[in-house]
Amino acid sequence: MGLFDRHAGLLEAYRDVRTTGYDPFQIRMERVLSPTEAIINGRKTLLVGTNNYFGLTFDPSCMEAAIEAIRAEGTGTTGSRIANGSYSEHMALEQEIAEFYGKKHCMVFTTGYQANLGIISTLAGEGDQLLIDADSHASIYDACKMTQAEVVRFKHNDPSSLEARLRRLGDRPGNRVVVLEGIYSMLGDTAPLREFVDVCKKYNAYVLIDEAHSLGALGETGRGLCESTGVIDDCHFIVGTFSKTLGAIGGYCVSDDPDFDILRVTVRSYMFTASLPPSIVASVRQALKVVKAKPELRKQLWDNVATLYDGLAAQGFKLGPEHGPVVGVHLPDRMVAIGFWRAMLDAGIYVNVAVPPATPNGVSLLRCSVCAVHTPEQLNHMVEVMTGIGRQLGVIDDRTRRVIGGAR
Amino acid sequence: MIVENDGIADTLELRRESTLARGEVMGEICHHLAPFQVGEKPVAGDTVIAKDLTIDSLAIMDMVMELEDRFDVSIPMNVVAEIHTVDQLADTILKLHARR
Ligand SMILES: Cc1ncc(COP(=O)(O)O)c(C=O)c1O
Repeated sequence: MGLFDRHAGLLEAYRDVRTTGYDPFQIRMERVLSPTEAIINGRKTLLVGTNNYFGLTFDPSCMEAAIEAIRAEGTGTTGSRIANGSYSEHMALEQEIAEFYGKKHCMVFTTGYQANLGIISTLAGEGDQLLIDADSHASIYDACKMTQAEVVRFKHNDPSSLEARLRRLGDRPGNRVVVLEGIYSMLGDTAPLREFVDVCKKYNAYVLIDEAHSLGALGETGRGLCESTGVIDDCHFIVGTFSKTLGAIGGYCVSDDPDFDILRVTVRSYMFTASLPPSIVASVRQALKVVKAKPELRKQLWDNVATLYDGLAAQGFKLGPEHGPVVGVHLPDRMVAIGFWRAMLDAGIYVNVAVPPATPNGVSLLRCSVCAVHTPEQLNHMVEVMTGIGRQLGVIDDRTRRVIGGAR
Repeated sequence: MIVENDGIADTLELRRESTLARGEVMGEICHHLAPFQVGEKPVAGDTVIAKDLTIDSLAIMDMVMELEDRFDVSIPMNVVAEIHTVDQLADTILKLHARR
């Protein structure tokens, strides 16, 4: 068996995808113009698939902070957090995030992926039990491959499914760690967090929640689902990323656990990689200030979500179950999804396409992510374009507005 | 399709704790796997799940979740990773069920 033979199935699927002309996994952003526009294939394109929920990538105050930091401290730290890579600014950022959540401790990582990978695989060790939602992000699944703990999946967003698995553990020794996400990245649905927390309390399990897609978007001050559902104090570990709402890169984990800092010398994805460059730390610190100072961005985001979601729903598209900064559009199969995606790109609109095996339940999706600084005109135009393509491809019906394609 | 295989050894091992019959477990597994059958060859005890059928790894894990709830056992992911055949899956479920 050759090195690449094991990927034969994937190669074939990938080849199918590429027969449509463009390769969705090798799109080139020839020039990014703003949080909502870029040049792709030589044409000005509306961006509705960038996770840039507040549009902060071009926020002048964040850009200035980054530029200033480069001038003051250089382009990179060239070292790990536990060696030469912890600057005053890293520490200050950690303190600011901890304060933002009202938690005692915070660790900043170089990416959110590494935060999940390291924290989850280290928190639950030999003899412990890790219980994860079936639709968890790849970083959580990869953590499960690294841990010595026993890993069990429960049904997506189903507290009774979690409860059955905790109950089955009975009085077996070991810590139980339950891993949830605030907003799920494919369909934009939120976890029933209060119900989950109740179950976890009943069975004495720790709660870790990844607020990657909900930071900024949910909660009165933008702390995520843990805030909007009023259970921050019951979430023992909150993980998040700087690569979405905060417009940069990096990850974090906050906690009140008095011994949390021991993780700084045990979590390998924290110890054995270089720390964030000063420019990123500076722009993230500023972005966090913007999130606090401009709650109107959150309102703008949700207004835009309503425009896109309700607009598409009215045309008969089958969408994720609720309003969210991620709007997932169900399509009947992989080839329709790719064809639809390509037609949109030809019409000057970029979204993400998500197809099996990267999606839950084998669904094929267009994954749209909304930005606070999209204009209503841009989003109405998008609904119009999608309606035209949807009718042409027979995904939505012309008159009855009944859903034809897609199933969950 | 349903594979009856109430081996004596199994019966002896299980009589003490549990009334779950191997046939019932095999029947349930085969029911879940039937849609992924290739050609006329029915799903049997020696079917290698990930290789002889068209089921992908995610669907296998989802099937395991259904079986867990059907038989009220939890099969950890690292255990699932070691299971190759239908027989092994059934044995695992019976073993975990007996241990409850
Ligand atoms: C739920 C979830 N967690 C973690 C991550 C990883 O974030 P990062 O881009 O910071 O590595 C992502 C982003 O893909 C995500 O969707």
